[in-house]
Amino acid sequence: MTVDLVIVGAGPAGVSAAIEATERGLSVVVMDENPASGGRFRQALETRGARDADDEEGLEILRAFGACGATAHHGASVWAIEPDGSVYFSHNGAVRMVRGQRVLLATGAAERPLPIPGWTLPGVMTVGAAQIALKTSGLVPDGATWIAGQGPLLLLYAVQALRAGGRLAGVLDLSDRRQRWKAVRHLPLASRGIGELRKGVRWRREIARAGIPWLPASDLRAEGDGALRRIVFQTGGRSRTEPATLLLLHDGVVPSLQLTRALGCDHRWDTAQQCWHPASNEWGQTSVPHVFVAGDGGGIIGAKAATLAGRLTALGIAHDLGRIDRATRDSAAAPSRRAQARHLAIRPLLDTLYAHRPVSLSDETLVCRCEEVTAGHIRHAAALGCLGLNQLKAFTRCGMGPCQGRMCGTTAAEVLAAARGVATELIEPLRTRFPTKPLTVGELAGLD
Amino acid sequence: MLTRSEQGSLILYFAGRAVTAREGDSVAAALLAAGIQVFRTTAISGAPRGPFCMMGACFECLAEVDGRSGVPTCLTPARNGMRIEPRDGARGI
Repeated sequence: MTVDLVIVGAGPAGVSAAIEATERGLSVVVMDENPASGGRFRQALETRGARDADDEEGLEILRAFGACGATAHHGASVWAIEPDGSVYFSHNGAVRMVRGQRVLLATGAAERPLPIPGWTLPGVMTVGAAQIALKTSGLVPDGATWIAGQGPLLLLYAVQALRAGGRLAGVLDLSDRRQRWKAVRHLPLASRGIGELRKGVRWRREIARAGIPWLPASDLRAEGDGALRRIVFQTGGRSRTEPATLLLLHDGVVPSLQLTRALGCDHRWDTAQQCWHPASNEWGQTSVPHVFVAGDGGGIIGAKAATLAGRLTALGIAHDLGRIDRATRDSAAAPSRRAQARHLAIRPLLDTLYAHRPVSLSDETLVCRCEEVTAGHIRHAAALGCLGLNQLKAFTRCGMGPCQGRMCGTTAAEVLAAARGVATELIEPLRTRFPTKPLTVGELAGLD
Repeated sequence: MLTRSEQGSLILYFAGRAVTAREGDSVAAALLAAGIQVFRTTAISGAPRGPFCMMGACFECLAEVDGRSGVPTCLTPARNGMRIEPRDGARGI
């Protein structure tokens, strides 16, 4: 089957792109790994129901998506895309293929791994993981739960968990507090998004009012035999040990690049966000013909800007396919571009305030969770002459487990860069290959 | 731990132990709700592991589900009567 547009990801960008594209007369197929549309931001929103104005708006968008005429495959896992736009995916145990004249990757972001000693112990999870458990299953943390790290999602989750009846033992703020002074110069621009700024301040107050300790901390480690039992950290110049059965880590989010990498798209290093993102023009078009990106997968912009990016990219694709002329595209895009600028105004402030701190890991800290490769193993490989992440696979197997480098790629690059005394962006990134998700031989054999 | 007051009406079996699940739960979320943190042990060192990302990126929550091995339980909707078996250590040949 061939359609005009295949969209991978039914989060804010993918959903709004589908709505815009179908309005412009394109035939659209959308696939997403999750059982419902919405992405992280609006995960399980249709079953949870709306609680505030953002939710109401989200529900309206999801209803419009459901009625727009795009074919949506939920629980569909994309594992290969060919240069001609053929998209291969597993769905209910069977393998299928849909060809899109254009392919839009709206795969969003993933949390940047925050490795600490003991982070593989059961009971250590990410803040995003706990938020998913809250949104889909109503799970809340009990009192033996600590949150550690930095970033807006950490604040948001703490507030959501408390409102849902959860309890927290405390928050460990691992941010570099000197960044506050550097962030001040971005305040005037950020004030264009004053609503978002106010929200952040309100969240902080709500956490304080609930009596949750907020401790500036460093040198965090998780301990326990068989599962997490306690955490140890430095705060106020001394070491402190606290009992814990759940530790939630967070260090911001980075674009999910498996598909753009495997497709061979050009990528650029983003100095402010300390991560790679696919290079694209103002319509989301990448260096690979027919392949577009929108939303956080193209560089972290947040859910609201991603919603608009989806619309803009769909307009670009409709024009690229010759369905609308340039003037129609540009006039339809203008309001979204203006709104997007407002949503993006807060980014430089957030990027500076919560700037990722290059890791300084002890030798025994695991970097690659799948293959159990430590920072010490990576440093040893560097001493033997290992230059980049692809060589590192041969030296250590780092990045060769089932996660295919999703959990270790960013950290391994930093450890290797520090060991070699070069900048992280000079370390050759992992060469991701299809299939980008594990696939059984049986599934592959079932392909027509 | 992650908890909730309202139990579900679905029944799953983890290593033979019956646990309840709610409609809309992933298998991983249902097991976490039942207080199960250890899903498997690793092939390399035998270390215990449990769900980490809950979004299909870390592959820590893999288990055998109804006879299918290597299933990411965080992306698998819970269904009544499902049998989940932990995958311990390396597989034999």
